[in-house]
Amino acid sequence: MHGKAVGRQDSRTRLRERGFRGMLLACLALSALMLGVLLVDVALDGSSSISTEFFTKYSSSFPANAGIRAALLGTIWLMGVVILFIVPVGVATALYLEEYADRSRWYNRAIEVNIQNLAAVPSIVYGILGLAFLVRGPLGMGNVLMAGGLALGLLVLPVVIIAGREAIRAVPPSIREGSMALGATQWQTIWRQVLPAAVPGIATGVILALSRAIGETAPLIVVGAATFVAFDPSLSSQFTALPIQIFYWVSQPQDDFKALAAGAIIVLMVLLLAMNAVAIYLRNRYEQKW
Amino acid sequence: MTEPEEQAGTSAEAQREAAAGRRFERITPAGDRHRPAKQREAIFDIDGVSVSYSGAVAVRDISFEIGQHEITALIGPSGCGKSTLLRCLNRMNDLIPGAEVTGTLSYHGQDLYASKVDAVEVRKRIGMVFQKPNPFPKSIFDNIAFGPRVLGMKGDMDEIVERALRRGALWDEVKDRLKTNAFGMSGGQQQRLCIARALATDPDVILMDEPCSALDPISTGKIEDLMLELRENYSIVIVTHNMQQAARVSDRTAFFTVSLDEGTGHRTGRMVEFDETEKVFTNPSDERTEAYVTGKVG
Repeated sequence: MHGKAVGRQDSRTRLRERGFRGMLLACLALSALMLGVLLVDVALDGSSSISTEFFTKYSSSFPANAGIRAALLGTIWLMGVVILFIVPVGVATALYLEEYADRSRWYNRAIEVNIQNLAAVPSIVYGILGLAFLVRGPLGMGNVLMAGGLALGLLVLPVVIIAGREAIRAVPPSIREGSMALGATQWQTIWRQVLPAAVPGIATGVILALSRAIGETAPLIVVGAATFVAFDPSLSSQFTALPIQIFYWVSQPQDDFKALAAGAIIVLMVLLLAMNAVAIYLRNRYEQKW
Repeated sequence: MTEPEEQAGTSAEAQREAAAGRRFERITPAGDRHRPAKQREAIFDIDGVSVSYSGAVAVRDISFEIGQHEITALIGPSGCGKSTLLRCLNRMNDLIPGAEVTGTLSYHGQDLYASKVDAVEVRKRIGMVFQKPNPFPKSIFDNIAFGPRVLGMKGDMDEIVERALRRGALWDEVKDRLKTNAFGMSGGQQQRLCIARALATDPDVILMDEPCSALDPISTGKIEDLMLELRENYSIVIVTHNMQQAARVSDRTAFFTVSLDEGTGHRTGRMVEFDETEKVFTNPSDERTEAYVTGKVG
């Protein structure tokens, strides 16, 4: 065999390679830059509003006296309702679809397709659904926090179901076989083998769902979140939330309110980034490598 | 199948064997059936068993008996249905949608596929070890303890785990790291863990589906030694592609072959020969067996 010497790449190819790589990098830099500018801008505008009183005071028509207490508590309550709603319902649905559903049945396939589609439905539609079924209509709760939380829960439920199914599917069939071969029932296998192995993936999905829900404004407006709340919310009271508060303050003519809005945005961003950080940590730390 | 949970220990084992023997004698008429010489009591009586997946017949009309405290090897080319048949013996095929078993498959004289028989109960008595080691993503201890726990076995769990690991010839290697994750073990250790895990629930039979195909020769040797040891107390059915392995460990061998149905394109397995291992390998009665075991085909 007479080998051909490994020649150097010709310079034109190399240039093209570099050019392409540079272009991709530029696109990345552009989006990172825009995000950076936005963050810095908000930080500059809002840092002056952040103080202890900012967290302890209710909203007020005087910027100097206004705080985010009601909005922050409202957001925390809403997230609580969302978690309590989406975790059991989402995990149970994912388990049914992955472990029990017989795919040869048309209704199971229909459910699957619908869940995929629901994840892409605009959030305002969920707001209208919440208004029609939760606030008025059959359940008639009124425009209370519970209704807002459930509307947000419905909105992000498909996200949890899809993430849950992926986590459950990632548990290899050999684990189920090994468990069943020892005389475990299907339920014991699911409860003691499949679910524990899928928990990190499910938890990641839940947190990502929450970080979508926490920033949603449109469905809350439709469900009837108040813009001016001067009491601590409960499940059955009227409520506001951080995005609503921000939306309200931004629409005020006074510049002082804009600084307050920027402050509230910082709080919302910190919450959001913290949740995403936890999700990434969970995924890296606990996700099972098979 | 309906007996109360037995206590662990050698006396319980002896008891169970006696009970198993009684049941067998009561139900299966011995004597007139064709069976090879020296065969001990049969635990499985496979009579005209066929298995199909969604209508496609994977293995057709299999009949033979599997003896107690013997190692029975199922050999044959890929697709001949030996794994399929093995998975019928503890009803693991139930988990595959569309799988259908016809014929009679008796275990100690009880029809395993009778409508009143619960597959979960069957699997408590008939353990299984798979081709690829499949430890649970848990500690070594919890891997072993899982079976006894879900079965609600009474007794000191530490003792149960130690006994299973000793029987699996793994205790000395892992006794100092029972709390570590089983995924940190070598492939051979993982497979012995899976065997020990199956032993922990005190089954009567261990089914092994190519247990050494993913292992190196040294680990394979350890598992073969272990099988010979376990034969004293358990009955073992092993599917293997490794002819030498079948010759080394098994008492009896069933040779399967596969034929292609030109019309449907389905491959269907049949059993060609079942006899003492020595005879199958040195003086087979069917020329297809001879061609296979001497390496002329397959």
